[in-house]
Formats: sequence, C-alpha cells, structure tokens
Amino acid sequence: MLRFLLGRLAVLIPTFIGVSIIAFSFIRLLPGDPVALLAGERVMSPERHAEISHTLGFDRPLPIQYLDYLGGVLTGDFGTSIVTKKPIIDQFFALFPATVELSLCAIIIAVLVGIPAGIFAAIKRGSFFDQSIMGAALVGYSMPIFWWGLLLIILFAGILQWTPVSGRISLMYFFPPVTGFMLIDSLLSGQAGAFKSAVSHLILPSVVLSTIPLAVIARQTRSAMLEVLGEDYVRTARAKGLSPWRVIGIHALRNAMIPVITTIGLQVGVLMAGAILTETIFSWPGIGKWMVDSVFRRDYAVIQGGLLLIAGIIMLVNLGVDLLYGLINPRIRL
Amino acid sequence: MKIKLTFAAALLAATVMSGVANAKTFVYCSEGSPEGFDPGLYTAGTTFDAAAHTVYNRLLEFEPGTTNPVAGLAESWTISDDGLEYTFKIRPGVKFQTTEFFTPTRELNADDVIFSFERQLKKDNPWNQYVAGASWEYFNGMGMPELIKSIEKVDDLTVKISLNKPEAPFLANLAMPFISIMSKEYADKLDADGKKEQLNQMPLGTGPYQFVGYQQDAVIRYKANADYWGGKQKIDDLVFAITTDAAVRYQKLKAGECHLMPYPNSADVEAMKADPNLKVMEQEGLNVAYLAYNTTQAPFDKVEVRKALNMAINKQAIVDAVFQGAATPAKNPIPPTMWSYDNAVQDDAYDPEAAKKMLEDAGVKDLSMKVWAMPVSRPYMLNARRAAELIQSDFEKIGVKVEVVSYEWAEYLERSKAKDRDGAVILGWTGDNGDPDNFLHTLLGCDAVGGNNRAQWCNEEFNKLVLDAKATSDQAERTKLYEQAQVVFKREAPWATLDHSLSVVPMRKEVQGFVQSPLGDFAFEGVDLAE
Repeated sequence: MLRFLLGRLAVLIPTFIGVSIIAFSFIRLLPGDPVALLAGERVMSPERHAEISHTLGFDRPLPIQYLDYLGGVLTGDFGTSIVTKKPIIDQFFALFPATVELSLCAIIIAVLVGIPAGIFAAIKRGSFFDQSIMGAALVGYSMPIFWWGLLLIILFAGILQWTPVSGRISLMYFFPPVTGFMLIDSLLSGQAGAFKSAVSHLILPSVVLSTIPLAVIARQTRSAMLEVLGEDYVRTARAKGLSPWRVIGIHALRNAMIPVITTIGLQVGVLMAGAILTETIFSWPGIGKWMVDSVFRRDYAVIQGGLLLIAGIIMLVNLGVDLLYGLINPRIRL
Repeated sequence: MKIKLTFAAALLAATVMSGVANAKTFVYCSEGSPEGFDPGLYTAGTTFDAAAHTVYNRLLEFEPGTTNPVAGLAESWTISDDGLEYTFKIRPGVKFQTTEFFTPTRELNADDVIFSFERQLKKDNPWNQYVAGASWEYFNGMGMPELIKSIEKVDDLTVKISLNKPEAPFLANLAMPFISIMSKEYADKLDADGKKEQLNQMPLGTGPYQFVGYQQDAVIRYKANADYWGGKQKIDDLVFAITTDAAVRYQKLKAGECHLMPYPNSADVEAMKADPNLKVMEQEGLNVAYLAYNTTQAPFDKVEVRKALNMAINKQAIVDAVFQGAATPAKNPIPPTMWSYDNAVQDDAYDPEAAKKMLEDAGVKDLSMKVWAMPVSRPYMLNARRAAELIQSDFEKIGVKVEVVSYEWAEYLERSKAKDRDGAVILGWTGDNGDPDNFLHTLLGCDAVGGNNRAQWCNEEFNKLVLDAKATSDQAERTKLYEQAQVVFKREAPWATLDHSLSVVPMRKEVQGFVQSPLGDFAFEGVDLAE
C-alpha cells in the first residue's frame, strides 16, 4: 500500500508543477498588458507604467518570475491580489467552505437520486420509465447551467415564492463565521430560524449544481448494472431462487458500484467547473464566483493562484479516490 | 411541504418588510464586491459606493443630483487672485464615527486633511505603501502630484494648498472619492498596533453611515452614524447584498429582498416600469461614445470628409439596436447633465444623400476605411461590434467601404493611440469629476495627441479656449469658454459623437429621497423608506 501511495505521489508532483507552469504562462501568453489595463481608457504615462510594472515584478525575465512564484507557492505564498491587495491564500480559504458546502450538497443529491434512478432504469430496461429517465439525464447533462439556474429562480423564487432568490442566508441573521459552513454556523449561532433560512437558501443552487453529476451518475449506474446483470453469477443467484431484491441489492449492486464510485470521484472537477456558474447566478460567495469576478477585473494574480489551488485540491481529491479504490479493490494496488 | 416552504419564504420576506418595523433596514443589491475600503487605492465605482459614499466625506462634495462641487468638510474656501493658493476652512465640530473597533478622542482637524493628502502625495510617507503595490491610481491619474506644490496647516481648522499652476477643475477633483478624508488618529492607532492594513478593511470616517462588517463577496453592513454632522440618517441599517447577475438582482428586487438595484438589463426595463411595486429613475449618464477619425491622415484631415461621414451615420438606429432605447444620440462631446453643455449646438443631420454629394464635392472617391470596434462592453457602448456594423452599412450607402477590425482590449487601447493609426476608432469616456475639462481638455486637447486624443486633433482655437477655461476660476466665465469650444468642435468634427447612455435605477415604490447622481454614484444619504 505504501508503494502504491508513493507511486501516486510521484505522479502528483510533476502534475502540480505542470499545472503551475500552465497557469503561470497562460495569463502571460495571452495578449494584453495587465498594467495598462489598470488605467483602462485613461492613458498611463510610460514612466508610471514602468513604475507599476516594477512594483508588481512584471519587468523581470519570465523564468525568474516563474521560479520566484514557484518558490512562494512551495512556502504557501500564492501571491497577492493585484486588485484587493490581499493575500490570495487568505481569500481562498475564507471562500472555500462555501464552495465545499454547496458541492457536498450537490453531490449528495446527485448520488441519492442518480443511483436509484440508474438502477431502476437498468432493471426496467427498454421500458417507458427507462427511456424517460435516460432522456431526462441527457437533457440534464446538456442544459446550460446559467439558463437552468435562472429558470429555477424565476419559477421557485419569483413566481411561486417558495425559496429565496440568492445568497447564503437571510440578511436578518448576522453572526461571525466559525467554520465557514453556513449550515453549521447557523446552528452554532443559536439564532432561531437561522438554520432553516440557510437550508432554504441552499436548495436551488445545490439542485442546479447537482444536475450534471446526477445525469452522469444515473447513466453510469444504469450501464454498470446492465453489464453486471448479464454476468453468470447473477444468473446463478437467480437460479438458486434468491429474491430479486437480494440479487440486485447484494450481488449485482456491489460490483456495479466500482465504476460508479470512480465516476463520482471524477465529478469533483465537474462540480468545480459548475460551481463557477452556479455561484455567479446565485450570488454564492465561493471560489467560483471569486474566480469569475477576478476574470472580469483582470486580476491575473488571483486567476493564477486560484487556478493552482483549485487544481491542487482536485488532485488531492482524486488521490483520495484512488486510495479508496485501492482499498476496495486490492487488484488495483498490484 | 408547500406550507412549510411558504412559511420560510414569508419569514424571509420579513427580512426586508416587517423586520424593518423596529429598525429600518435598507437593502441595496450591489453589482459587485468592493476591491477594498480605502477609496484612495482604487478606481472602480463599486468600491466608491461601498467605501467613499457611505463611510467618508471629502473637503467638497458634489451637490446631490448635479456635478457642482459644494461645501463638504470644508465649510468655505478662498482662492488667491493668481489661482495658485487655495485656503480651506474646516467645518468645526465634525466627529469621527465611534465604532466597535475604534473610539475617537478628538474631532476632525487639519492634521486629518494633511494626512489624507500626504499619504498619496509623498512617496516617503509611511502610509504610501501600507499595502503592497499601492499605486494611488486616481490621485496620479488626475495629475495631482504635478499639480500640488505643498499642503500646509495654517491652524487647527485651516489648511492651505499651493498649486504649481492655476487649475480650475481642482475644486471638482477634491469632491472625488479618492481624496476622502481619513482619521489620522485612527491611522496612528493602527500603526502603533502593527495593523496598518486594517485601514483598507475596516474603514472609519465622518460619513453618514459607519462600517459594521463585511462578509467577503456576500454582504456589507453599515449602520447610521449617530454623530453625523449632516444629521442622523432615517435608515438605521444599510446593507449591500452583493448580487453580480443583473437578472438575479431584478428577481431579488421583485421579491422584496432588496430595495434598490443598479445596472438592470435593458431588456427588463419595460417590465420594471409596468410593475406596480417598482419605480424606475432614468438620467443621461456622465459619458459619451464616439467615433474618432484620425484627423492627421488623408482624407480625414479634411473637415468636409469628416462632416460627410458624420451625416451618414444614423445614430438613432445605433441607440435602438445597441441600447434598446436606453441611450440618447449625442451631439456634443460632453453629456447634457454636465454644466456648460451647449444645447444650442445643431447636430449634423442624418442625410445620406447630402453626405454622398459632400464627399464627391471634396473629391473623395472609392474610399475604403477601417472602423475599430472595442472588444468589450462599456457603459457608454454596450456592443461596439454591432454599432460598427451599423456604421458600416450606413457608410456603404454613401459609397464608402468599411472593414470592421478589433483587438484585445489592452491592445486596442494601446494601438488606437498611435498617431499614424489607420481608420476611425469607436471609444468613449465616463467622466471622473463632472468638470467639462475632464472631457474637452482630456480627450481633445493638443497635449493629449498620441494619448487620450484618439482623433489626433490639435486645433489651436479649441485648445486655447479649453486652456483658458482651465486657468479661470469663475464658473460663468468658464461656461462661456466651453460653449464656444463645443461650437468649434462641431464645426471641425474630429469625432462623430454617437451616444450618451442612460443610467437606469429601478427601486421599490417605498424608497424615498434617493437622488440619482449624474456621476453614476450610488449614495444613500437622505434615503428613507415609506411605512
């Protein structure tokens, strides 16, 4: 197991450095001078341009800038935002819990709905139910999040007024963050109704964010189940006279879950990408919205540091999934 | 379940509606997060709304609804005859806010004013680089370091600022957010505690509202400053609910989750006007979009050619297509809300036939040119590509072939400055200080050729008028000079003036006392909610 872990880590480090090079060079290779953009339509004198470039360190050779940056990253210094002048790492971790909370809720919804839907579709293969589920999954997978989110807001918050429009909690509740997770903080605050308000704010964004992973998980579960249901041991189990629920629930499902778990692990990246749009629509103060805002403000330092941190976290989660997978399926470790 | 959810929604509505019964809370759905809370460090209107117009005051303030600088923290001032010395009498008895994080022991005095200037002016000031990379962009951009010779304390309530040259717009500059007056006592305390960066995170000033807390990218909270020199506000709590998407802001406004929102989608404005719970304010913004010919290159060096092209552009069609009517065609280079706007100026009428003839008379045949379209959406021009295509088809009608070109934004700004640039550039400007100099001299003066003067237009008559106006402190005199300058501009036609976009502000019916600012600020002093 240790060898397996070391092997995984050995792949992780060059990947991380690769991502850092891409994040670093990407924003420098794009046309456009970040210093000139600070002035916008207002013209900046060449002296002032040189002065600001110097302050921001843009006047040094690129390899030196990169090594300097990498050195900072390795010591936990991801740089300072050009716009807000605050350390990027502080901002990231202040906002990250909001994204994790949203993503967790979304993945829970996706798993709780997606897996049963996939199983039933597989059992009733070819039926109207199967076709409806798979049709809905395809629609869910192809739907633009931006449009879908707005549609739900207009229906549930605008017309029916069942949920609030956006934000994390009603403005009447005001307490300092303890964990950064609103569901927990609202309980800790002891304020009546705060938890309920936090839950009601979480419903629409997590439904929207769960849509794509839900569709993927449902489809994956269905195909994995179909494959397993055709196996000899399932036929044997049936022939032995076991109840259908026992055959499906114990014998088939356990084996069908292996590819499904991999799929769920891979959805972390999808959730991060989805969070960017979902958070923007729902004014959800997480890292997705932060990245979008930074793109609009052309805050290159944040885009670069944020990309790297997000990539690092996705890599860590995938490492965790790999390890878990290794535990479940010993053959992988060989 | 439905009942439960409806109950939750009702509870939520209580946030804004009934919760206000004991403490009046005004919720503003702002369009973005502030970059920080020190207005000197930044240039974005979003930041100024959150920091400058709530927490701080300036020596002068813009009279609400106008661009006239009036007394603020300076109750009066005198200007020496040569226009080089400005002496400000500071309003006595002005208290700084008492907050949970700081309790002031003294009132506003000259030290605070000098501190507020010197931290931006002097590179060796200990506060000049209190955050890494502080570039004091507006202070420098408005030319303050070259302009200010010295600033000195005459007595506790008198400050004298000496200039290197006479500069009439200086007073308007002093009403701008970047030169908000800070508490030196608070700064000293932060310095002593080794927490200088807190000045940019927990602001403390003399303004109508005091800072309570900021939850990053989500909510900013303020409460009324009980000691405000202009009188305590009727609103007890002011909340900025940061909502970046315009369609979502509209839904929040409709649901009563906020009272007022900026920058609606133009497609939603009609529905907002029809909603019985909402009202909509409209006003021309302090901006202009233009098409700048390169007046140094043939055939655009000929006035008749520029005039002919101007007559070929159907501005109303641009306003309708790009803004869905939320703009007005422009005839002058300054917007109608600015003092000295000359309404008597006649625009070149849209007349393709006459334009075609004029071009022929000027001996121009088979002209083909480039029209530059900005790659980004700006308040004065939401879709430059669309506008450029309309201009292309207008020009084709008079036999001029147009190639529409575009570059990445920074590249566009840089290349369009070149003196030998090819073609005509679509660009625009949003005013900084409400002074006509900020448009006429900044964009069309001879010293801006190769820079902000994208038409590369240096007309001696025009230039003299704007320079004279800059050196005169009498506003009536200045108005006359600027009116003449607008006449010269129209005659010489270095630009086709395209539009002034409207600033549209939707709000709940119960909002009272909100005054729309021509500068595009969202300030909530004097705002109230009807019971």
